[in-house]
Amino acid sequence: MSLTKEQIARYSRQLILPEIGVKGQERLLRSSVLVVGAGGLGSPAALYLAAAGVGRLGLIDDEAVAISNLHRQILHETADVGRPKSQSAERRLAALNPAVSIQALPQRLTAENAREILGGFDVVLDGSDNFPTRYLVNDACVLLGKPLVHGGVIHVGGQVLTVLPGRSACLRCVFPEPPAPGAVPSCQEAGVVGTAAGLLGSLMAHEALKLLAGFGEPLADRVFIFDGRMSCVREVAVRRDPGCAVCGEAPTIRELIAGREPACASQQEG
Amino acid sequence: MAITVRIPTPLQRLTSGQGEVQCEGTTVTELLGDLERRYPGVRERICDESGKLRRFVNIFVNAEDIRFLQGDQTAVKDGDEVSIIPAIAGG
Repeated sequence: MSLTKEQIARYSRQLILPEIGVKGQERLLRSSVLVVGAGGLGSPAALYLAAAGVGRLGLIDDEAVAISNLHRQILHETADVGRPKSQSAERRLAALNPAVSIQALPQRLTAENAREILGGFDVVLDGSDNFPTRYLVNDACVLLGKPLVHGGVIHVGGQVLTVLPGRSACLRCVFPEPPAPGAVPSCQEAGVVGTAAGLLGSLMAHEALKLLAGFGEPLADRVFIFDGRMSCVREVAVRRDPGCAVCGEAPTIRELIAGREPACASQQEG
Repeated sequence: MAITVRIPTPLQRLTSGQGEVQCEGTTVTELLGDLERRYPGVRERICDESGKLRRFVNIFVNAEDIRFLQGDQTAVKDGDEVSIIPAIAGG
C-alpha cells in the first residue's frame, strides 16, 4: 500500500513522528477497531481513531441520543436527540474522515453475538455503561485473544487498563466479579463530568493507536487512575491472577453464556 | 507521620471532598477501622457484611495489590500510601 497525496497531507503531522511514520500509518489504515458504546468514552475515542486514519471503525450502541447525553457524548448534536446513537455517530465520523469505513451497529452486545462481532476487529475499546457488558466484553476478548482497552468514568474521575489476553491482567484479574445490580451508582445516578470522559476516552484511543501503529509500551498490568478533583494521575500495578475465572490456570468461564450477565437496570444510559 | 489513604472520587463525598486522608494502623484491617472511625460509612462501601473486601474493590499498599501480599493482614506503616480502587462501569 502506498499513501495517496491526500493521505500524506491529512496525516502529515503523524507521518513525521518517528513513533508512527509511514509504516505506522499504513498499519493504521489496514487496521480495525470496535468501540463498544457511543457514549462519553466512546465519543472522543471514536473521533480520534477516525481522525488518525484507522481503516475500519465499528461502533456498537443500541440507544437513542438523550439530551442529558450531550454534555459529554460529543459525537452527537442537539438535533440528534431521539435518533439512534449509531446513526449520529456514523454521520459525524464520516464527516470527519470520509476514508474511514464506519460500521455502525444499532444493537446490544450479548453473549450470543459477542464472539462474532468482536472477532471481526483487531482491537476492542470498551466504553460501555454497565457492568454486565463490561465483563462480557472482557470475557469475550480473553476467549478470542483480542486486545482490549478498558475504560471507566464516573463522577469526576475514572480509570483505564489495557488487556493483552494471556499476557497481562484482565478485568477479572483485577476485579474478580462485578458488583450486584444497584450496588454501585451509574453515571445517571452519580453524575459525570464531560471533560473527565473526554480525557479518559482520548487515552483509550491513544492506547489503541499505540497497539495498532506499534509504538511505546501498552498500559498493561497497570491501572491508570485519574482523580479529577485534584487533577492528578496515579497508577497501580496489577498482575494476572492464577485463580482468574477466565484467564487463570483453571478457568471456569470457557464460553459466553447468556444470562450470566444479570439483566439489571443498566440497560439505560450510564 | 501517618498513612496516606487515597479515596476514589465516588467515595470522596464521605471524606468531606478529600481525595487523600491520613489514618493509622499496623495492618490494612486496622487502617480501615480507623478510616471508618474518622469517616463513617466508608467501610461498608469497601467491605461486605462479614468484613471481607468486596470483589469489585481492591486495595493497594504502595501501588501493590494486597491480594498478592497478605490480604487484609498486609502490614502498613507510617509513610505508606494506600489506594482504594473500585471497578467503574460508567461510560
